[in-house]
Amino acid sequence: MPPALPIPASKLCESCLSARALISRPKTHQKLCKPCFLSTFESEIHATIVSTNLFTKGSRIAIGASGGKDSTVLASVLKTLNERYDYGVEFVLLSIDEGIKGYRDDSLETVKRNAIQYGMELVIVSYEELYGWSMDSVVESIGKKGNCTYCGVFRRQALDRGAERLGIHHVVTGHNADDIAETVLMNLLRGDLPRLHRCTSIITSSTSSPIARSKPLKYAYEKEIVLYALHKKLDYFSTECIYSPEAFRGSARTLIKALEKVRPSAILDIVRSGEAFSRMIPSQAQAMSNCARCGYLTSQKLCKACTLLEGLNKNRPKTIVEVEAGIEDEEVSSSLWRGIEAIKLVEEGIAN
Amino acid sequence: MGEQQDPSPNGIYSKPVSLNIEFSGGLEMLFSNQRSHHIQMPAKGPSKQPVNIGFLVRHLCENLMKDKRKDLFVLEDRIRPGILVLINDADWELEGEEEYLIQDGDTILFVSTLHGG
Repeated sequence: MPPALPIPASKLCESCLSARALISRPKTHQKLCKPCFLSTFESEIHATIVSTNLFTKGSRIAIGASGGKDSTVLASVLKTLNERYDYGVEFVLLSIDEGIKGYRDDSLETVKRNAIQYGMELVIVSYEELYGWSMDSVVESIGKKGNCTYCGVFRRQALDRGAERLGIHHVVTGHNADDIAETVLMNLLRGDLPRLHRCTSIITSSTSSPIARSKPLKYAYEKEIVLYALHKKLDYFSTECIYSPEAFRGSARTLIKALEKVRPSAILDIVRSGEAFSRMIPSQAQAMSNCARCGYLTSQKLCKACTLLEGLNKNRPKTIVEVEAGIEDEEVSSSLWRGIEAIKLVEEGIAN
Repeated sequence: MGEQQDPSPNGIYSKPVSLNIEFSGGLEMLFSNQRSHHIQMPAKGPSKQPVNIGFLVRHLCENLMKDKRKDLFVLEDRIRPGILVLINDADWELEGEEEYLIQDGDTILFVSTLHGG
């Protein structure tokens, strides 16, 4: 290689001290070059996985894959780490087809390409086949308002059922530090201690599901996830859901991003605060039984999906929904549904 | 006093700079659904100051953005928090953010972190 132009010391990577720094890390303000950034990012995910004993050798694990940046980065990093550190895990991509034309059909094409790129099996489970309702038909019936509740409740079960179909007991999702900070803030603002207790744990073998969920990216900043995807030239899909509004999360998100701008460590600090609260809150065991209709684990007579379906099928929307909207809120992959609504809020603010 | 004075005719603007402007992560929606734009922009502002990213962002809003939802891109005259800016592949935080002085041939990428997961 010919000698490059000398790089001023102030622009050098603080790790290798030889290449030009391209990334300023939000956690530490450390300046890194591209190769040092990629390997640091991967090492930190590895450290999270190892320190929490997340994976067992020989197991099959499903990656909840939407085709968006978070799950694409998750799949890519897990493939890299599995090979580098010999986890001995078989990863499978599990995608949910909510049935949203012009949105999900495009992102599923991305997942199909990812499956080939990463050499992973891909399984797609649709709302239509599970529930007899696509999100398009749900929205046609109930309108756009409140549709995120349906989608969130349906998705949680769909991931479980997809995993069950594969004989898999562990699903990893792409939730990142920004997502978790948002959720901590939302639960704090709602005074919802049980959910505040749950939302920060890296793995939830929840009472309401036989399938464990985990979030290997829980300490990874969204900024770094996007930069990782960019610098690795990963193939991901980014368009907003056409039915978006989830206004409360949108507001929490705008606040988090504004805080990050002023003090980048704020995001991880909120995650840590959530963890600290969690240690102070006793966990509440709930009596669980099987849903009288579909057999899914639930604390009620009918599970949430069946309750919603009952309303849909009777063409009597809403009423039950308000009561039932709950746990799943936090699972509505924030990153999937938010964004534009935050802007709508701002617009309203300006309009008023 | 950052307000633009009325641009005088020939003379005040020197030779324009050529820039590659790219949008990603959903922002392309706001810019005619097009990821890459090759643009020309005056190298000097109305009061003969060399142009910086702050100037570029106003220029993009006024000249390139057809979409009316400006606040998806800027809030209070600054890039909306949650949008990353890369100047020739480097995080703009390393380059002085809005204060970075535009060079002819620069590639500037705006990428939203706010969409799709």
